[in-house]
This record gives sequence, C-alpha cells and structure tokens, in this order.
Amino acid sequence: MDAATISSSRQGVSRWNRRKITDWLAFLGFTAPNFILLAVFTFWPVLYSFYLSFYRWNMIAPTKKFIQLENYARMLEDPIFWQVLRNTTILAVSTVCIKLTIALFLAVLLNQKLKGRDVYRAIVFSPTFTTSVAIAMVWSWVLDPYYGLLKLPLRWLGLASPAWLTDPNWALPAVIIVVIWAGIGYDMVIFLAGLQAISADLYEAARVDGATTWSLFRHVTLPLLSPTTFFLLIISIVGAFKAFDIVAVMTGGGPLNSSNVYVFYLYQNAFRWFKTGYASALAVVLFVIILVITIIQMRLSRRWVHY
Amino acid sequence: MSTALYGLRENKRIGRVMRGFSSHLFLILISLIIGMPFIWMISTAFKSPQEVAIFPPIWIPERLRWDNFVVAWESAPFGRFYINSLIVTGWGVVMEVIIAALTGYAFARIEFPGRNLLFMVMLAAMMIPGQMALIPNYVTLFHLGWINKYAGIVMPHISSVFGAFLLRQAFLSMSGELFDAATIDGAGHLRSLLNLALPLARPVVATLTLYLFIAKWNDYLWPLIITNTQDMRTLPVGLVMVRSAEYNIGPEHLMAATLFVLVPVLLVFFMAQRQLIDGIAAGALKG
Repeated sequence: MDAATISSSRQGVSRWNRRKITDWLAFLGFTAPNFILLAVFTFWPVLYSFYLSFYRWNMIAPTKKFIQLENYARMLEDPIFWQVLRNTTILAVSTVCIKLTIALFLAVLLNQKLKGRDVYRAIVFSPTFTTSVAIAMVWSWVLDPYYGLLKLPLRWLGLASPAWLTDPNWALPAVIIVVIWAGIGYDMVIFLAGLQAISADLYEAARVDGATTWSLFRHVTLPLLSPTTFFLLIISIVGAFKAFDIVAVMTGGGPLNSSNVYVFYLYQNAFRWFKTGYASALAVVLFVIILVITIIQMRLSRRWVHY
Repeated sequence: MSTALYGLRENKRIGRVMRGFSSHLFLILISLIIGMPFIWMISTAFKSPQEVAIFPPIWIPERLRWDNFVVAWESAPFGRFYINSLIVTGWGVVMEVIIAALTGYAFARIEFPGRNLLFMVMLAAMMIPGQMALIPNYVTLFHLGWINKYAGIVMPHISSVFGAFLLRQAFLSMSGELFDAATIDGAGHLRSLLNLALPLARPVVATLTLYLFIAKWNDYLWPLIITNTQDMRTLPVGLVMVRSAEYNIGPEHLMAATLFVLVPVLLVFFMAQRQLIDGIAAGALKG
C-alpha cells in the first residue's frame, strides 16, 4: 500500500464520520421540538399527577400538604365517585353494543354496489367532524320536552316526551343517544374499510360451496372483521372514559350526578372545587383504567381475533 | 325445464331488487335520523319566537329571519371569538404539521443509534390520556405565565405522534434512490424534506392539515380551562357561555350562533369529505 491510498482511505473514513455526525445532529434537531413538547406536556404530567395525588392542595396556596394515600382512600368512600364510575361504564357498554351493531349493519349494506352509496356514507359520517359542543347544543334543543324535534316521533308512537335533561332517570340515556348518534359514522367507516379488505374470492368460494347469506356473514365476514371490531371496541370504551363535551354542555353532569361521567367529575374537582390532590388521584386511576382496558383487550384479541 | 330455469332466474332477480330496496329503505331511515338535527337547527335559526313555540313543529318558517343571526352575533363578542379561534387553530395546525413533518422525516430517513427505541417512546405517548394532563399542564403554564394567553391554548397540543407516524409511513414508502440522488447532489436533510419528501407526500400532508384544523377548531375542554376572560374565549367556549341565563336569548338565536361555529367545519367537510373519510379509514387500518 502506498502513501496515496492510505491518505485517501483515511480521508474517506473522516468524511464518513463527518457524514455520520451531521446525520446525528440532524436527527436530534429534527426530533427535539417534538420530544421536548412531549416531555413537558405529556410525560411529565403523568409523573406530576402521581406526585400531586399524595398531597392536599388547592392549586393556589404556596404549600402542599402531604397526606399519603388519603386521596385514594377518600375515593373508595366517595359515593359520587362510584356513581360516576357506574355511569361511565353504562355509557361505555351501551354505546359499544348499540353503536357497533348499527354501524356494522350499515357498513355491510354500504359494501354492496348501491346507488348513492357515497351520499349515505357522507351523511352518516358527518357528525364525526362536527363540533361536539354544537352537537350538544342542537341536541339539547332536539330533546326539549315542549317543542323538541324528538317529541314528534315519540308522539307517533303514542308516547309522551320525558323531561330528558332534567329528569335523573333520563339524563344519562339522553347522553347515550347523542354519543351513539355522533359516533356511528366513524365506526361505520372503519368497518367499511375492514370489509373492503376482505378478499372477494373468499365469498365466491363459500358461495360455490352453497353458503347462505347469513352463514357467509357469520362464518366469513365476522371472523375476518374481528381485528376491526376489537379496534373499535377499545376506541369506544376508552372514548366513554374520556367523554366530556356532550355531558358538560347538555347536562352539566346533573341532575344529581345522574349523568356525571369520569372526566367531567375530574374537571369539577380540579377546576370548580380546586381539590387538586383528589382530582390528580382521579387522573391516576383514569390512567390505570385505560391502561388495563387496553392490555386486557390486547390479550383477549390475541385469543379471539381470527386473522 | 327452460321455463323453470327462467322462473328461478326471475326469482333471483326479484330477490336482488327487494334486497336493494330494503337496503335503501334502511339507509334512508338512518340518514334521516342523522340528518334531521342539522336541518332542525337550520330551520330553527330562521324562525320567529312564535314559530319556535309551535308543536307539532313547522319546518319552513313563514319568513326567513336573517336578523336572528344579527341578534345572535351581537349577543356576545362573536367577532372576537372568531378571531381567537382562527389564531389558535391556525398557529396550532401550522406548528403541528411542521413538527410532524420533521419528526416523520427523521424517523424515516435519518440514521441514529437507538432510533427504534425513541420511536417506541414516542408511540407510548399515545397511551396517555390527555385528560390526565389537565392539572399538570395548567400548573406548568401558570409558571410560564401563559394562562389566558394564545400560547397557553396552543402549545400543549402541538406535539405530534399520530401525524409523525403517518408522515413517516409516507416518507418510508418513497424510493430511497431519490433521496440518495439528492444527497449526492449535495442536498442536506432539510432540503430533502422540503423539496423532495413533502411535495411527494402532499396528499397525506393535506389530509393531516384538514384533520388537525377540524380537531383544533372543535376543541372545548382545554380552552375552557386555560382562558378566563371573555376576550380570550374561543368559539366553542363562547357559544356555551352565551346559552347561560344572563344572555337570555331564545332557541332561534342559539341555533344561529351554533351555525357560526359550524360553518367553517361544514365547509371543510363538504369540500374534502372523500379525502377525510378515506384518510380516517386508511389511518385506522394501518394504526
């Protein structure tokens, strides 16, 4: 090896090193804004919520009082907390059952060659992007017991309109109706995408074997759609545990907490009553609930979902 | 034999027509259920107070009361709410798209030790419910002096996981040779991103922008918490405020005011409906 090649290969190495270092710097520069923001506004809040949940604090006072697990102990004895948890569970289960069933049915219908398919799809989907506050405003008026729109079909059925938003028995059902109305379009679109991913050959093969429409649905569509169904299941249940806008605007959690849900109760504690420590404990439990739901469903989906 | 076959085929045809008919019937019913509240809102916004209080309701008022919108607009500083919403949404969307593009590009195209680990860390952020961050972020912004400021409304929500993920996918699907060629021509990463990756990913960027616009425009909980004077309220927060008893306005004005909030969103939706729906479906399938 003569001197020239050595020096050129050395030069090559140093160029390669320089290139690598500029790459690393570029990577850091490109991702730093995002990671700083995530650290400050997403990851730090998890730690800080844990920390605050062991204190009594009103958010204004300069000092916090360390009270160990008292906030969590109070939660166990707080009847409103249990009611809120019950309401949220009812909201989750009923929306999942009704919303997913109708959405699946709609998706199957729209998966055929049908005139006006795109129009139906757009109409059913439209609430998804509609400002939830506006949805709540319009529905408050639709549910008006005197002049509301919903009174009309109820009258055709010979029923009187309940005082939806002011009757403790009807406030939560009213919220459920609106959440279903607003969420069906999204689920339908996702189901539709799932359906379209199923190969048409499978149906052909099954049909040649003499399968009926129902058995096709039962033995081909449903199993192959199960990953989509599980995805929507997670999204919907977690959505119920994150629900705020509709409840805040339509019922304010009332009457008598009959329609209060988890995040609204957390908000009340934090920003109306300034029970920062207690609200932080609620936030931690919310975190755990959502984590557990996700893990359980990931486990179950491994067993039940047929790919 | 041939008539029997013909009859069978005829039966099948009738069966198909009937199924098509019942499909349409059901779809029309659902479309009505979904669409009626919107029509009801628009109809109410044009009614007189007397017409509002009629049951069974009338759909088309005797005279279109455009002045309902004037009364609604003047019942609260809606002009100010609009400006606030536009500023907050505009800034939020621009910054989040930039951050998503930078992050997505870095994870797709720049080598870095531990890149996959960092990617997992970023995805882990999706598991954390934003509702958990309300109190901590309020405290953080208090220390930054950003309570009741535009920055306070915008900054906590411009980090990007979903958007970065989406753009990373788009950048990964592009041919690596293109980027190599650009590098040989002496382009740095920023130039590659701006002149090569982003133009090629334009449809994805457009969908992301629309999606973020709608999400930020609709946001209610965070602006509600972080603003405390009327002149800083965004449209959704202002709208809910107007409903309270002290404003004393009727359903017709309330529906008119609701339309103020909805018009931009509905415009975007009807202009880009197909793109938005396809984007949602694709994103969910991949994610």
